[in-house]
Parts: sequence; C-alpha cells; structure tokens
Amino acid sequence: MKPSPLHWTAPASLDEALTELARVGDEGKVLAGGQSLLPLLNMRLAAPAYLVDINRLAELAYVRADDSGVRVGALARHAAVERDAGAYAVQPLLRQALRLVAHPVIRNRGTTVGSIAHADPSGEMTAVLALTGGTVHVASAACRRDVAAADFFSGPLESSLAYGELAEAATFPAFTPGSGSTFVEVARRHGDYAVCGLAAVVTLADGVVASARAAYVSVAPTPLVLDLTDAVRGADPATADWAAAGELAGGVVDPEADIHATADYRRHLVRVLTARALAEAAGRTGKSTTAAA
Amino acid sequence: MTEELHEVRLVVNGVPREAHVPARRLLSDVLRHDLRLTGTHVGCEHGVCGACTVLLDGEPVRSCLLLAVTAGGHEVTTVEGLGTPEDMHPVQRAFRECHGLQCGFCTPGFLTTIAAYLEDHPEPTEAEAREAISGNLCRCTGYQNIVASVLRAAEITRELSAGGRPIGRPPADKSEDES
Repeated sequence: MKPSPLHWTAPASLDEALTELARVGDEGKVLAGGQSLLPLLNMRLAAPAYLVDINRLAELAYVRADDSGVRVGALARHAAVERDAGAYAVQPLLRQALRLVAHPVIRNRGTTVGSIAHADPSGEMTAVLALTGGTVHVASAACRRDVAAADFFSGPLESSLAYGELAEAATFPAFTPGSGSTFVEVARRHGDYAVCGLAAVVTLADGVVASARAAYVSVAPTPLVLDLTDAVRGADPATADWAAAGELAGGVVDPEADIHATADYRRHLVRVLTARALAEAAGRTGKSTTAAA
Repeated sequence: MTEELHEVRLVVNGVPREAHVPARRLLSDVLRHDLRLTGTHVGCEHGVCGACTVLLDGEPVRSCLLLAVTAGGHEVTTVEGLGTPEDMHPVQRAFRECHGLQCGFCTPGFLTTIAAYLEDHPEPTEAEAREAISGNLCRCTGYQNIVASVLRAAEITRELSAGGRPIGRPPADKSEDES
C-alpha cells in the first residue's frame, strides 16, 4: 500500500514541465491533484518510473468564464470550479456535476482537467465535457493541439493523450439560451462511483421542447451522449412524456454487469434516471442561473 | 536501488519542520514516521476512509493521497495542532461531551474535517452535518453521536465566539444552492 520507487520532479513553469514530459516519454506520468493517481500508485496498479508534478504551476490554476463558456486550467481544483460564481452562471452543469464527485475533501485536491485526462468511464466530469461539446487543450514540447470531447475518450482510462503531452486546460461551452441542465446518479454510497449517472440538458424554443440530450457515465466504456429529442420534440415541458425519452435511452445503451449491478439493473436505471433528469432539467429552463448563484 | 532523497520543508502545527525522504513517501508517513506525529491515523491508504485527513493550508485533504514532496512549502495542521488536553478545540470538546468516539481510530480524521467545515459553515443543520462527515468512515459509533458532536461543536464555537481558535483558513467564497 505504498507507491513503488519513482523519480519525481516539480517543474516551475509550463515549458519546463513539457520539456520534462518529453524527456521521460512513456515512463512518465503527470501528477496533478493525485486523487485518482495516488490510489493507483499506493495499490501498485500503476508504477511509473517518473512523476512530473505540476502542482507548482500556479499559472494553470485558473477558472475563466465568459459568455461563450468556461475554460478551466490543469491545476484548478474541483472545489475552485464548484465555487466559482462566474463559471456557474455560464455553465451551471459544472457545479451540478461536481457536487457528486467524491467528497468535499477529495474535491479540495482533485482537479477537473485531471479527472478528464484520467478518463474513468464513471467520472462525472467526462460526461460534462461530452454533453457540453467541450474541448481539451493539449500541450507538448513540440506543439499545441485541441481535441474535441468526442475524439478525446478512447476507452476506459484511455484517452487520445500521447506520451509527452499534458492536458493543459479544458473548455466547457455554454448551452444555448433557454436550456436547463442537471446531473443525477445512483451510487452504492453517497460520494462513491456511480452505478449509473447522467448529465442532461433540455432546450426550449417558443415554450416547447426543441432538444433533449443526455451523457451517461458507468454504462459504456466512454461517456455516451444520446440525443433523445425524438421522444419529446415539440412537447410542453410541463407535460412532456419524459418516460418515453427514458425508454428510448434504455433501448440504446448496452451496459456491462459487474459486482455492483447487473446489466439489466443498469439499463433500468438509465430509463428511470433519464426521465427524472430530463424533467428536472426542463424545470430549470426558465431560471436565470445568474440570479440564483 | 538506493533512492534519491528530497528535502521537504513543512510548517506543521505552526512549527517549521524538515525531513529527507524519498519522493514516494506519503505525507501521512512523513507525519507519522519521520516527524513522529502519530495522531494522524492511516486506515485504507487509498482515500476512502478519511482517517488520515489533515489540513493543508487550512483545507482538509487526505494525507495518504499526497506525496510529502508535493506538500513541501505548505502548512499542515494535524490533530495535534487542533488542541491539547488542557485546551481542547471546540470539536474535541464536543466529541467528549457527546460520546462521539469509541475506539478512536477514525477520530483524528473526523476532528480535522469537522474543524475546517465549521469555519465555513458555522450553523449547520443536522442534514448538513451528515453531509459534512460523509467522506469519513467510522465502524463503532453508527454516526449518530458524531452528528450530534458536529452540532454541539458549532454551538460551543458560538458560545466562545470571541475567543474562537483560528486555524488558518481564509473566509469561504459564499456559494448558494441553485434550487
């Protein structure tokens, strides 16, 4: 239950960090908040020879919000993103999801970009990035590139990040005006990994449902985005048949069984939670988050 | 392999300390083994149980999920820094009054977590008190008396408000529920 021997460096600048990451290549791992990586090291499920510790890169500890969306730097802790009033006003789904990420003490250290780079299929923030159509900003000593959420996740704990690359920041675009969102999940214990969870967004136009979409965690190898508009298009949000949208989603997902839940139970949760989440999201379409924040 | 040693300087409970440790040594182990501060307990060593919770610059964190070298240059408050038997922290007093502990193994993590929580939330409801301790496991009490202790600690802190003990946490950025 202790990490195996490793070499550690704590670069003082982003350029220095990228040089070090290029040098250590496939033997290196980035250490940010460490709330997923340290358990892996302690249990020796991972044993990188080199850790590049980015905790001194204060330049990456930012949360910036403007009308178009929220950009979060690699060292912004979950707690900072969760509390940021500007970020909540522009993209409320961030705070809605972060409240379900582990426990407050873990959120004091864990970073939002780090949990996206970790690419755990039960990680709430992967679904937030996917549903908002976000972007991961990737840096290496050689170049910079932006990766769309749809291209970022390649499998459980696998992303399109290459050795030597650092997920420097992530951008979460705002939803279109007239949208409401929520994040709901069922876990064995509060704060634990979700057995099934989803981020949902409903958009109204002229008072009726124009779009209903959801992104799921813990039911697929990567965050699964479904457009469920067909079940509720044009409906009055107060009387829409959200259960039909849940049925639609339940018919599409193909979850796996594990010791926590059977595949059938997960599919059942997809149906029930989808209906619940969409109704809740629809109830928030009229509310200005700025006023509530 | 002979491991490279790093010099780690920390301010622990207000006292500058240093240790020469391999990069892989956890903060929890530096506190207990190198600095002989055995009040911080180690349960699961993967961030689940909360027994090892300490305050890093006033914020509660899991010391088993933090390399000591990463914590270098920062301030750490352990349970030893909360109070003494003669001058207990309000949370420690509340635990004694409310029988908030039995075997005591999990207690240091609860005390640090609750002390920091009450700095931000001086008047929690019972439901909020439960939420505040949801990341800490206790196998003895069934939590009822710990919840009572959180509420009692808030009460004691209010009673002592003039003489409350600051533990280095900056004022919270207020954020309200959207509902």
